[in-house]
Amino acid sequence: MDIELRGITKRFGEVVANSGVNLQIKAGEVLGLLGENGAGKSTMMNVLSGLYRPDEGEIVIDGKPVQFDGPGDGIRAGIGMVHQHFMLVPVFTVAENVVLGVEPTGPFDSLDLKTARKQVREINETYGLEVDPDALIENLPVGIQQRVEIIKVLFREADVLIFDEPTAVLTPQEVTDFFKIVRALKDAGKALVFITHKLHEILEIADRINVLRAGQIVGECLPGEKTDIELAEMMVGRPVNLEVEKKPYAPGEVLLDVKDLTILREDDSLAVDDVSFSVRRNEVVGIAGVQGNGQSALVEALAGVHRVAGGTISFEGKDITRTSARARHKMGFAHIPEDRLKNGVVTNFTIAENMVLNSYYDERYSKGVSMDWNAVNEHAAEYAAAFDVRTPSIFETLNHLSGGNQQKMVVAREMSRDTQLMIAAHPTRGLDVGSIEYIHSRLMHARDEGDAVLIVSSELDEVIALSDRILVMFKGRIVAEFGAGGRPVDKNDIGLAMAGATL
Amino acid sequence: MAMDAVASPSSNRKLDTSALRQSKITGAILLFLALITALIFAQVEGGDAVFRLSRPTDTWALPNLVVPAGPFNWVAVAILTFLGVRQWMSKTGKGASLALGLGFAIFIAAFLVWATAGKAFSLTGMLQATMVRAVPIAMGGLAGVLSERVAVVNIGIEGILLSGAFTGALVGSLLGNWIGLIAAILVGGMFGFILAALVVTYRVDQIIAGVVINLFVLGLTSYVSSQVFSEYRFLNNAPVFRAINIPILSDIPVIGPMFFQQNIFVYGALIMVAAATYYLFYTKHGLHARSVGEHPQAADTLGINVYRVRYVHVIMGGMVAGFGGAFLTLGLVGRFDDNMTNGRGFIGLAAMIFGRWHPVGALMAALIFGFADSLQQKMALLQTPIPSEFLAMAPYIATIVVVAGIVGRSRMPAADGKPYIKE
Ligand SMILES: Nc1ncnc2c1ncn2[C@@H]1O[C@H](COP(=O)(O)OP(=O)(O)OP(=O)(O)O)[C@@H](O)[C@H]1O
Ligand SMILES: [Mg+2]
Repeated sequence: MDIELRGITKRFGEVVANSGVNLQIKAGEVLGLLGENGAGKSTMMNVLSGLYRPDEGEIVIDGKPVQFDGPGDGIRAGIGMVHQHFMLVPVFTVAENVVLGVEPTGPFDSLDLKTARKQVREINETYGLEVDPDALIENLPVGIQQRVEIIKVLFREADVLIFDEPTAVLTPQEVTDFFKIVRALKDAGKALVFITHKLHEILEIADRINVLRAGQIVGECLPGEKTDIELAEMMVGRPVNLEVEKKPYAPGEVLLDVKDLTILREDDSLAVDDVSFSVRRNEVVGIAGVQGNGQSALVEALAGVHRVAGGTISFEGKDITRTSARARHKMGFAHIPEDRLKNGVVTNFTIAENMVLNSYYDERYSKGVSMDWNAVNEHAAEYAAAFDVRTPSIFETLNHLSGGNQQKMVVAREMSRDTQLMIAAHPTRGLDVGSIEYIHSRLMHARDEGDAVLIVSSELDEVIALSDRILVMFKGRIVAEFGAGGRPVDKNDIGLAMAGATL
Repeated sequence: MAMDAVASPSSNRKLDTSALRQSKITGAILLFLALITALIFAQVEGGDAVFRLSRPTDTWALPNLVVPAGPFNWVAVAILTFLGVRQWMSKTGKGASLALGLGFAIFIAAFLVWATAGKAFSLTGMLQATMVRAVPIAMGGLAGVLSERVAVVNIGIEGILLSGAFTGALVGSLLGNWIGLIAAILVGGMFGFILAALVVTYRVDQIIAGVVINLFVLGLTSYVSSQVFSEYRFLNNAPVFRAINIPILSDIPVIGPMFFQQNIFVYGALIMVAAATYYLFYTKHGLHARSVGEHPQAADTLGINVYRVRYVHVIMGGMVAGFGGAFLTLGLVGRFDDNMTNGRGFIGLAAMIFGRWHPVGALMAALIFGFADSLQQKMALLQTPIPSEFLAMAPYIATIVVVAGIVGRSRMPAADGKPYIKE
């Protein structure tokens, strides 16, 4: 099935998210879409899938113009979308999520889950997906959840599959698996759209590349024609430095000291198992590891939002194991949480309000019981601009921002104070290359100013580029140390340690 | 593949696990119960407690259960102490809720034996009363389940129950009990529709909309009952549905009177709970409903009409509440009294929470409440030294304890209470 978008324009009030976009999507081909945060990629794909109605322009399927009145229409026409934020019901099983809306039924409206399971297994086999139809979504790692989304659209016999930043939350291994699936889909004659901020991925998998900037297509090319540096420049409109510039390593005294730390999950299983390490001033320590090996719990415990079952955390020599998150915040902790939507922001608050969520009580922003909104707004505007949060105004609610801009807002808030310890979990998730460059430079700046910086990321390249020392977590334990006093940094060795190999 | 690495804490390390914490608390509660049992319930001067398990008229009569009060309660103390110490010392923290449930059952048995010592007490009669008291609460709870499963919080259930009771009495007096019942259900459905329109279409705050319904119904029915019913008594004198004995089943001792010697309201309620369970968890439309309560946006992207699903279920919930309210008039006394629901709708909502948003759970919770409620009534008759005001508090305390202690943390539908705004 071939699709053409002709002159699509989509506005949100004053904001023009897409203006006069033309795009061709062909069967058996992967179309790569690049663009800055807020360029309008997600919006365009939501128009294509029927979730948004375009203000101008038309969608043409195999030569015939069509009109979608709702998301149901898109899927009926054979267009399936895997959203940036998954659309899965966490408490349902895989099979229930897959068949939702198009269930096979028996007598008395009864759900025929047996047939559903069988159909899921068939799709599994055809595309090599390997998903247990009876597993509960909330128990599955993101990589598998994503496959469920793929099964969902395939089950509805979609010929066009749209992937909005599918790799943002995947581990390197999962990305490799995902690309296998993409190739299988392509070989089966599906048309695919692939949105990403990772240039090497698009060079690897796309057959054709379109670059979007400020709602317009600014370029089209084939992957062989351009290097990643050229693509980055095309996207951002200025030269981008893809390397991290780092001053020589000169660590100061120990700031954060973790001893025998043990953390339990809600069901009392071990998340972090007897972990000890320390972070010094002027030092970046990276924690590498496949997601689900305890990093999330570790970060939450350090930030003071997860109960510690055993061991101690000390800061500047003081035991802070039981102090509250706010007390730590006042000591100069900054925390960029892993899941920004769940733990970082209130989505229907404005940018200004979100900017002071963790410091509203500060004298700068409030007098007695009343807020000093002028001060808040001034501060928010300054940092929104510095971190290039693309928004019509700081009074826009956060759910109206693009995914990447929401992330930038969180980072801006955490970096807008005089901090001592920076705990950053996936600080650049979902960001475009220009923003990544900026945030990396800010992290390095914090380090050089005397901060201790702890970075958690499943993006190995990022950890290696930023860190002075790298600790690898596996099954809740620190299993290897690289750099500084440990073994020399070697990407392959780190990868092996992450997979649990004993070195 | 990134699977969660799961390991269990090695036993030689001392860790602050939540199971251990819970176990300590449970142990403390059990020891406290043992203390009360020893200091009060075991201090009886001889005397047997006689529990009647059947009535003289029953086909298969069971002999009376005769319990020597003192010895029985000392055994209860011993068991409670054993359970308590075991939980307190436990290294694994396992079995806390089972021990707590068992402990409460023993405690209540000891209490009953103490209160009945030297007297006789009809267990069957109390169980039958339990069922009767549970029905309106269970229906309130089921109404709550239906609407909260699609993420609409329905505080108005109290008012809808009251409207059902009122309509049942008024229409029943004029046109007979069957028409009265149907009218009560329709009026309940109408309030469901009004609530849905307010919160789904106009996005009025769900709590406020519910409170408005409660105040409106209370005001209107109180006015009519004091101004009109007092003048024209024939308007408030409805025929009551009689009990129908189910052949054979109704002759089973203890169970028979409780479940099978009741009127159509009790049977209707039990059938509705079963039907709702099947509907919500085993049918296509039930799956749609639950998806709307958990993740409306996902449902929407799959072509499920979120608004329509919410309307339908809130209206169904209203009808169930209307039915439950009619029971108070058409199933019991035949006349309407000012504010006669007296908070049963709210207790129904509590039953829904304790029942973890499951129809059967809501029924169970309603039965516990009904049991405690009929127990306190009987106790008042047995003339125990406990002041009646304290006895009247028992049902509420029992509900809280059961919920907090045994049911534990439960999870509501993820989108509960949140309006859905289409893009
Ligand atoms: N519902 C909405 N209401 C108002 N403005 C919106 C809404 N959705 C998107 N926008 C605006 O439209 C523009 C394009 O957003 P879009 O989400 O398409 O960006 P994107 O290219 O997907 O960015 P990212 O890479 O960060 O995900 C942004 O300026 C955003 O603020
Ligand atoms: Mg996007």
